[in-house]
Amino acid sequence: MLLNTLLLALREIRRNLLRSFLTILGIVIGVSAVITMVTLGNGATRAVQQQIAALGTNLLMVMPGQRLGPGRSSAGAPTFKEADVEAIRQQIGGVNVVAPQLMSSVTLVANGRNWSSTINGTSNEYFISNNWTLVSGRQFEEAEERAGSAVCVIGETVRRELYGSASATEVLGQPLRIKNFSCEIIGVLLSKGQSGMGSDQDNMVVMPLRTVQRRISGSQRVDVLLVSLQEGSDSERVKASLTNLLRERRNLSDTDEDNFNILDTRQFADAMAGTTQVMTMLLGAVAGVSLLVGGIGIMNIMLVSVTERTREIGIRLAIGALEREVLLQFLIEAVALAALGGLIGVVLATLASLALSAIMQMPYVFDPGINVLSFAFSAAIGVVFGYFPARRAARLDPIEALRHE
Amino acid sequence: MSTAHAEDLPLIRLRGLTKVYGQGQAAFQALKGVDLDIEAGDFVAIMGPSGSGKSTVMNTLGCLDTPTGGEYLFHGLHVERLGRDQRARLRRRYLGFVFQGFNLLARTSAQENVELPLLYRGEPAAARHRAARAALASVGLAGWEHHTPAELSGGQQQRVAIARAIVTQPEVLLADEPTGNLDTQRSHEIMELLWRLNEEQGITVLMVTHEPDMARYARRIVHFVDGCIDSDTRNPEPGPQARHAAPVQEAG
Repeated sequence: MLLNTLLLALREIRRNLLRSFLTILGIVIGVSAVITMVTLGNGATRAVQQQIAALGTNLLMVMPGQRLGPGRSSAGAPTFKEADVEAIRQQIGGVNVVAPQLMSSVTLVANGRNWSSTINGTSNEYFISNNWTLVSGRQFEEAEERAGSAVCVIGETVRRELYGSASATEVLGQPLRIKNFSCEIIGVLLSKGQSGMGSDQDNMVVMPLRTVQRRISGSQRVDVLLVSLQEGSDSERVKASLTNLLRERRNLSDTDEDNFNILDTRQFADAMAGTTQVMTMLLGAVAGVSLLVGGIGIMNIMLVSVTERTREIGIRLAIGALEREVLLQFLIEAVALAALGGLIGVVLATLASLALSAIMQMPYVFDPGINVLSFAFSAAIGVVFGYFPARRAARLDPIEALRHE
Repeated sequence: MSTAHAEDLPLIRLRGLTKVYGQGQAAFQALKGVDLDIEAGDFVAIMGPSGSGKSTVMNTLGCLDTPTGGEYLFHGLHVERLGRDQRARLRRRYLGFVFQGFNLLARTSAQENVELPLLYRGEPAAARHRAARAALASVGLAGWEHHTPAELSGGQQQRVAIARAIVTQPEVLLADEPTGNLDTQRSHEIMELLWRLNEEQGITVLMVTHEPDMARYARRIVHFVDGCIDSDTRNPEPGPQARHAAPVQEAG
């Protein structure tokens, strides 16, 4: 009986192909919108997570200043010193590496070309803490770090802009002019691309801290302390002991506020991911409304269909169709239509998500949950919005229905 | 089922059948106490002017409508006491319908139209196809199985409708003005077909018509006027020969 009814319903859908297509268009758009939004949202979340992972997970960034956020002031707060790095390395447990960082914006000159970039004065630990790999060359030698030698490791963007066709190995040993001195390129970093905030991470020159302190900034300061945690160590505990140590070293009394900040990149990553997830849910909800509108479209067409097919219903009833058989036929027709729309929607969404992910350079994350949910929801919409027209059809008086023109 | 007296009873028995449409001042009494017995195998033409109650009695006999009062016994079963679905089951088990407007499903092949009642009976596909082809062949439409109503003439459409009505091998065929939309030539063809079904297969045929020429095929002619039976005569010369015979004498 059920199979026969399904057959009848499918036959009916096939008989009115154009109308069936228009009927399900709303569902198709609704389902594909929901799935595409959620899939792209998941991709965005994944992208943010990946970019922050590239920045170095489990990384604490320690900066001078009262607090982070708008109106923060680092003026007046004393900077760090190279000795702080050593103190943290020796006195705090659970720490993998500690790297100092001193940044400076400069214009680089080579091969008769200029390029604005950032100088990053640090130590070999920086490559570990921030997940940098060298494509060619070597890291700093201890003697170079101690003496502040004129050596540098350049980022991919710097290589491309200043040396152009010269490959990563060919640029090794070449001179790079910074301000009034020339330094030798000893390594090239593997490209990381854009950061989560959209800046080019490869536009950078890494030099030993002392080289930058002496030749560029002309001071002994260190801007940022990068503290990379060991896998599995408790970041809260490390943060607490780090705070204690730095307060002590910076001679703060118990009543003084911290004059430095510890930024946990993992917390930052979680916050960013959380934001994109909220956006995903919002977009999904908006798309869900369109799915609902699609359902109303189905009800509308089914009601029209019942009126239009009154005579047919009369024939079926006269021939001996039971009330529930007519009900089931129209209900199944609505559900089959909605499910068909859902199916097309899923396929369309997959194609759209793949294309948009590629265009927006985001990873494509297939989420089986949302696909199944959207499909099930579209079928459920068929039941809900199909029931009323179906009941109306089933309750028709056969004589009246047969007389209907 | 109260079939205790089924043997003594005619196939159909109406007793004091009344039907009132509407209520209060607007009430209209379509049937004013109809008594009628129809034996199995008979061919009855129901005639009468518009509003005489012939369509109402036909709808009641077809178990499509319930009377306001009185009894309708079909095989000894009190149809007036049955619910909607029970009457539907009765229709699909015993009755076949032919309408004036053919009432075929549009954009559906003759074959599928004829299969429809079998679908509701839950017959398997193979049996459905076989029965539908046989029914179409018996109305002279072999080879037209895959044509849709739009591709068929009026006469052919009515033949498809008859095939659909007889594919379930019903005991009673109810035809409501089956020739109303056809020219004389086609009308006589349809009537000969109904006659054959009655004569050769013993199907009881109940037919509403307002054309005396068509009524002449019937074995019995019942005339309705103002919701009552006005005359009830047997036709001494039923069947196709009536086509060339003199008009039947109507009693009353």
